[in-house]
Amino acid sequence: MTVLVGYVPTPLGEATLRAGVEESRRRTERLLVVNMSRDDVLVDAHRAASDDLARVERDVTELGVEVEVVRVEQGTDPADALVRVAGERDASVIVIGLRHRTPVGKLIMGSTAQRILLDARCPVLAVKEDGA
Amino acid sequence: MDNVSALLGGFADVITPMNLLFALLGVIVGTAVGVLPGIGPAMTVALLLPITYGLPVEQSLILFGGIFYGGMYGGSTTSILLNTPGESASVVTALEGNKMAKTGRAAQALATSAIGSFIAGTIGTMLIVLVMPQVVNFAISLGSPEFLAIILVAFVGTAAILGSSRVRGFAALLMGITLGLVGTDFVTGQQRLTFGSPFLADNIDVVVIAVGIFAVGEALWVAAHLRRKAATVIPVGRPWLSKADWGRSWKPWLRGTALGFPFGAIPAGGAEIPTFLSYLTERKLSKHPEEFGKGAIEGVAGPEAANNASAAGTMVPLLALGLPTNATAAIILAALMSYGIEPGPLLLTKEPDLVWMLIASLFIGNFFLLVLNLPLAPTWAKLLRIPRPYLYAGILFFASMGAYAVQGQPFDLFLLLALGLLGFAMRRFGLPVLPLIVGAILGPLFERHLRRSLQTTGGDVSGLLGGPVAWVCYGIVIVVLLWPLIARLRRVVDRGVDGTGGSGSGASGPGGTGGSGAAGVQDDPYVADRQSSPDDRGRELHDSTPGSSSPAPTRKEPES
Repeated sequence: MTVLVGYVPTPLGEATLRAGVEESRRRTERLLVVNMSRDDVLVDAHRAASDDLARVERDVTELGVEVEVVRVEQGTDPADALVRVAGERDASVIVIGLRHRTPVGKLIMGSTAQRILLDARCPVLAVKEDGA
Repeated sequence: MDNVSALLGGFADVITPMNLLFALLGVIVGTAVGVLPGIGPAMTVALLLPITYGLPVEQSLILFGGIFYGGMYGGSTTSILLNTPGESASVVTALEGNKMAKTGRAAQALATSAIGSFIAGTIGTMLIVLVMPQVVNFAISLGSPEFLAIILVAFVGTAAILGSSRVRGFAALLMGITLGLVGTDFVTGQQRLTFGSPFLADNIDVVVIAVGIFAVGEALWVAAHLRRKAATVIPVGRPWLSKADWGRSWKPWLRGTALGFPFGAIPAGGAEIPTFLSYLTERKLSKHPEEFGKGAIEGVAGPEAANNASAAGTMVPLLALGLPTNATAAIILAALMSYGIEPGPLLLTKEPDLVWMLIASLFIGNFFLLVLNLPLAPTWAKLLRIPRPYLYAGILFFASMGAYAVQGQPFDLFLLLALGLLGFAMRRFGLPVLPLIVGAILGPLFERHLRRSLQTTGGDVSGLLGGPVAWVCYGIVIVVLLWPLIARLRRVVDRGVDGTGGSGSGASGPGGTGGSGAAGVQDDPYVADRQSSPDDRGRELHDSTPGSSSPAPTRKEPES
C-alpha cells in the first residue's frame, strides 16, 4: 500500500507534497510522487524538471519517509494517468491539489481534480489552494 | 532623394486607422506563427490568401508584410526558451540562445534578439528604399530572354543550393513546374494534364497548391508524429540588457545585418545561410571565444539580426523583379497576381503608391514588433502550451475553407487532400517544399517568357541567349549545376599534387558526414518547415560548427 501524491512544480504542488508526507507518516506507508506531463503540447507548465524531482526525492528522504518519484510523459489526460497509476500501485489514498476554477474555465477545459475525485477507487485527499 | 520623398508619401498613405490595424494584426499573427514550430509565415499567408480576397490590395499586402517580419521575431523566442527553432531561420539562435536561457540569461537573450531584429529590420528596410529603385532602373531594360535566364537562376538556386540533396531539390522543382503546367495552354488553347476534367482546365489555383502542401501536408505530418514528450518551461523575467550586453551586442547586430541583407536578395539565399555565416563570424571575432557553446550573447545577436535583414532583402527582388527568394515571398507574389497586378520591374512605375505604402508599413510593423516582443516574449511563449490537436484542427478548418472559397467547387477539396498527401510524402522522404512552390508559381511565368523569346526570333534558339545579363545568369546556372563535378576534379588534382592516392580525406564527400549541421539543436522532425530542412542547412559549414552533432532524431532532455 502506498500514498500517491500528484505533484506539480507550483506552490500548491509543494503544499500537496507536504500533506502527502504527513499522510504517509500517519499511515506508515511508502510515498509515491507522480508528475504527469501531456505529450500533445510542446510545453507543459505542469511538467517538473529533472532537478526539481531530484530535490523532491532528496527532501522527502531526509524527512525519513520512503519515497519513489515517477514521471508519466505519455497520454493527454493527467486525471486518467493518476488514477491508473493509483490502481497499478494499489494506492491507499491519492493526495491532490485543488485549485479554484471559474465555472466557465471548468466548462471549457474540464477539471482534472474533479475527474480524479469521481474516478478514483480509493479515498482522495484534496489540498486547498488557500492552505498553500 | 526622390525615393525618400516617395517613402514619406507612403507613410502618409499608410497612417490611417484601418491600415495601422492591419499592420498590427499582421505582426501579431506573424509573431504567433513564428513562435509555433512547424507553422510558418508561408503557411499562414497561404491560409489567409482567400480571406483577403475581400480586402483592398494595400491592406492585404500590409497584413502579409507584417506576418513575414513577425515570423522572424517569433521564431527566436522558441529557439531560446525551448531549444526547438520556431522557424528554420532561427536554428542558429538556439545554439547560444538556449544555453543562455539555461544559465539564467533568457531575458538577455530575448532582449538582444528583439532589439537586434528591430535594428536589422529598420536598416534592412531602409536599404530596400535605397537599393530597390536602382534594381528597377536596371531591370526595366531587360527583355524576355533575360527574365527567362533570371528565373532559371532562381529555379536552379532553390533546387540545388537549399535542401539536403540536389536530386531531391530538382525532383521537387519539377513537381512544382508540373503542377503549374496543368490547365489550358495560353497560346494554343490546348488542354494540358487536365485528364479531360473541366475543373482542371482553368489551372490549379496557387492557393490550393500552397495550402495543400504547407498546411494539410504539415498537419498530416504532425498527426503521424503526434506523441512527443513535453518540455519544461524556462522562467524568464522582463527582457532587458545591461550596459556590457549592449556593448557586446551592437557590433554583431550590424555585422548580421550586413550579411543577411544581400543573402535575402539573391535567389536561393533565404535566411539560413546568412545566420550560419553570422554565427561563424561572431565566433571568430568574439573577444570571449571561450563563452561560445556556453551561451555567448554575440551568437544570438548576430544571427537574429541576420535573419531579419534577410527578410528585408527578400523584398528587393520581389518588388523590383517579381522574383521570390523564399516561400513566403512566393505566396505574396501569388497574392499580387490574384489582384491582377503584374509583378516585375514595371510594378514601381505602375503602382508606386502601393509599393511605397508597403515599405512604409514594414517600418511601422517593425516598430510594432519591438513593442510587442520586448516586454511580452514570455507571454508569447505561452502559445506553446496549446495542445497540438486544437491547433491543427483549426489549421485544417482554415485550409479547407480557403480551398473551397477559391471557386466554390468541392473538386478543389479533393485536390487539396491529394496535394496534402503529396506534401506529407515530401516531408516523409525529405524533399524540400520551397522548390515546389517556386516551380508552381514561377513555372507559368517561365513558360511565358520562353514562348515570347522564341516568338520574337521565329523559333530560333539563339533568341534565348539575349544580352550579357542572360549570359551571366546562364554562367551561374552552369557553375551551380557542375559544381559537384568541379569539386571532384579539384580534389583529384589536389590528390595528384600531394601524391597520396589513398582513400582521401572524404571530409567533404557528399553524405560523408550525416550529422546535423545545427549541432546541439534538436533534430526535431517537425520543427522543420520542411521547405528548408534546417538540419541540412549547414552541410558545407558543419565541419566548423561547434559541439558534437547527433544524427539521431531522439530528443535530448532539455534540463540534463
